[in-house]
Amino acid sequence: MASVKKKGLISDLKERLIQHLFEMSGWLALVVLLGIFALLLTTAIPAFKEINLKEFFTSSRWDPTSPEKPEYGILSMVVSTMLVTAGALAIAFPLGLGVAAYLSDVASHKVREIVKPVVELLAAIPSVVVGFIGLTLVGPLIARIFKLSNGLNALNGSLLLAIMALPTVISISEDSLQAVPQAYVEASLALGANRWQTLVRVKIPAAISGIAASFMLGLGRAIGETMTVLMATGNARSFPHGFLDSVRTLSANIAIELGEVPYYTTHYYALFALGLILFVMTFVINLTADLILEKQKRKLQ
Amino acid sequence: MDSRLFPEAQAKIIVRNLNLYYGKKQVLKNLNLELPEKRVTAIIGPSGCGKSSFVRVLNRMNDLIPEARVEGQVLIDGENIYDSDVDLAALRKKVGMVFQKPNPFPKSIFDNIAYGLRVGNHRKPAEIEAIVERSLKQAALWDEVKDRLHQSALRLSGGQQQRLCIARALAVEPEIILFDEPCSAIDPIATAKVEELIHQLKKDYTVVIVTHNMQQAARVSDFTAFLWLGELVEFDRTEKIFTNPKNKLTEDYITGRFG
Repeated sequence: MASVKKKGLISDLKERLIQHLFEMSGWLALVVLLGIFALLLTTAIPAFKEINLKEFFTSSRWDPTSPEKPEYGILSMVVSTMLVTAGALAIAFPLGLGVAAYLSDVASHKVREIVKPVVELLAAIPSVVVGFIGLTLVGPLIARIFKLSNGLNALNGSLLLAIMALPTVISISEDSLQAVPQAYVEASLALGANRWQTLVRVKIPAAISGIAASFMLGLGRAIGETMTVLMATGNARSFPHGFLDSVRTLSANIAIELGEVPYYTTHYYALFALGLILFVMTFVINLTADLILEKQKRKLQ
Repeated sequence: MDSRLFPEAQAKIIVRNLNLYYGKKQVLKNLNLELPEKRVTAIIGPSGCGKSSFVRVLNRMNDLIPEARVEGQVLIDGENIYDSDVDLAALRKKVGMVFQKPNPFPKSIFDNIAYGLRVGNHRKPAEIEAIVERSLKQAALWDEVKDRLHQSALRLSGGQQQRLCIARALAVEPEIILFDEPCSAIDPIATAKVEELIHQLKKDYTVVIVTHNMQQAARVSDFTAFLWLGELVEFDRTEKIFTNPKNKLTEDYITGRFG
């Protein structure tokens, strides 16, 4: 008779080892996150020995290398970042959701099987290539349409970031629309709703957490993207007054200046403070979205 | 099948030479029957015999399956619902459906019932409120939920959810209600309530219920159709089917010799 009692020592050990390995990799993500945050924080804090906090946040003059009076105001860069990001999402989100709805509800199986991988491939284009397209193609086009001397401005950045955010928005939104139980769709149709009503009133609300996640991930991609905006937005340090102004985002500014800044100077520390601001911006946005979704979910349970 | 089966009632649904295919597979074979108005007709038969497919022909839910193909005619009040000029939304308002598993939307109780009204003609809020209350009362659910109409419907028990789905179907004022094994996912007490409800509904509605529970068919229905491998074996008054079936196959099935 086969005994069920004796568990081999080796297999027992192996099982435990694997379990610990998985546990550790889970914690690793948290450790890395906290580590990055700590690094940014400790390197950013010394900046404020010389920089007035109020000036830092409210002034839009950023001129750290001025020989007379270095200035460290980040307002114009924060606004530029928000402008470019908001523009990108204003384009990518409705368009992406539309494509997702088309793929999940209208397109035939065959079309879907072709279009979706192609859309996902769009995410594989290196950002420097997208920037290149912005510099040589989209920029001149914008310049011609709006009769500007050059097209390197916020609009250009938004358009390119929208292209980069689209695959994420489409792919995740489509997945979550597909995951809506067929029972909801049948219930809706059986009550005399048409496909459009079913999509808007049942499927999208039921898939809202996935759609919001796609929005957040698209936002994360857009807000931190550096190379593309660096190449395509003109990098003017002035305060932007609209999408046709040249802008310099937080990320672009760090990339431009960090390579040439003398280490352990106020300027160096200030750039880390910029990084910290960027980190906090994405963190707050993600957290808020999470909380809203959580509340929504609890209401429905 | 001739309509002398129910001289006291009108035929609400007339099925003529109905064939249903899923791709190459034939699911329903040359069905001919007439379903009486304001009566309960049960469709019984072993799993896979095409019962569910049959009721899904009656509100064209099978249209959702790309490879489904229908031949023949289904006349409701004399109109062929497979004509090309049929308005699917109007058809499905007229022919309501309650599914096997309770499927309330992840919305509030109120919004679940109001859904069909809102996607239909835009009624005034006060009207919607009145209809929600009336439908919940009809489905014998009002007393249990009247204080929490704005809570999620998903918090209700399975049996309550199923009565909610019935109320939701009633709210759009259908003339026919199809029940596709409505009690297979709920407990016996909830089942009794749903059966009681079906009994009440036949005053005003034509009811078609699919069930593989023969006691249920015997309890709730006036007429019973026995399907076997996509064919109509026997269709008669329920008491005749269960006491004195004409066909040997029917007898074997209802006495539990196979199923």
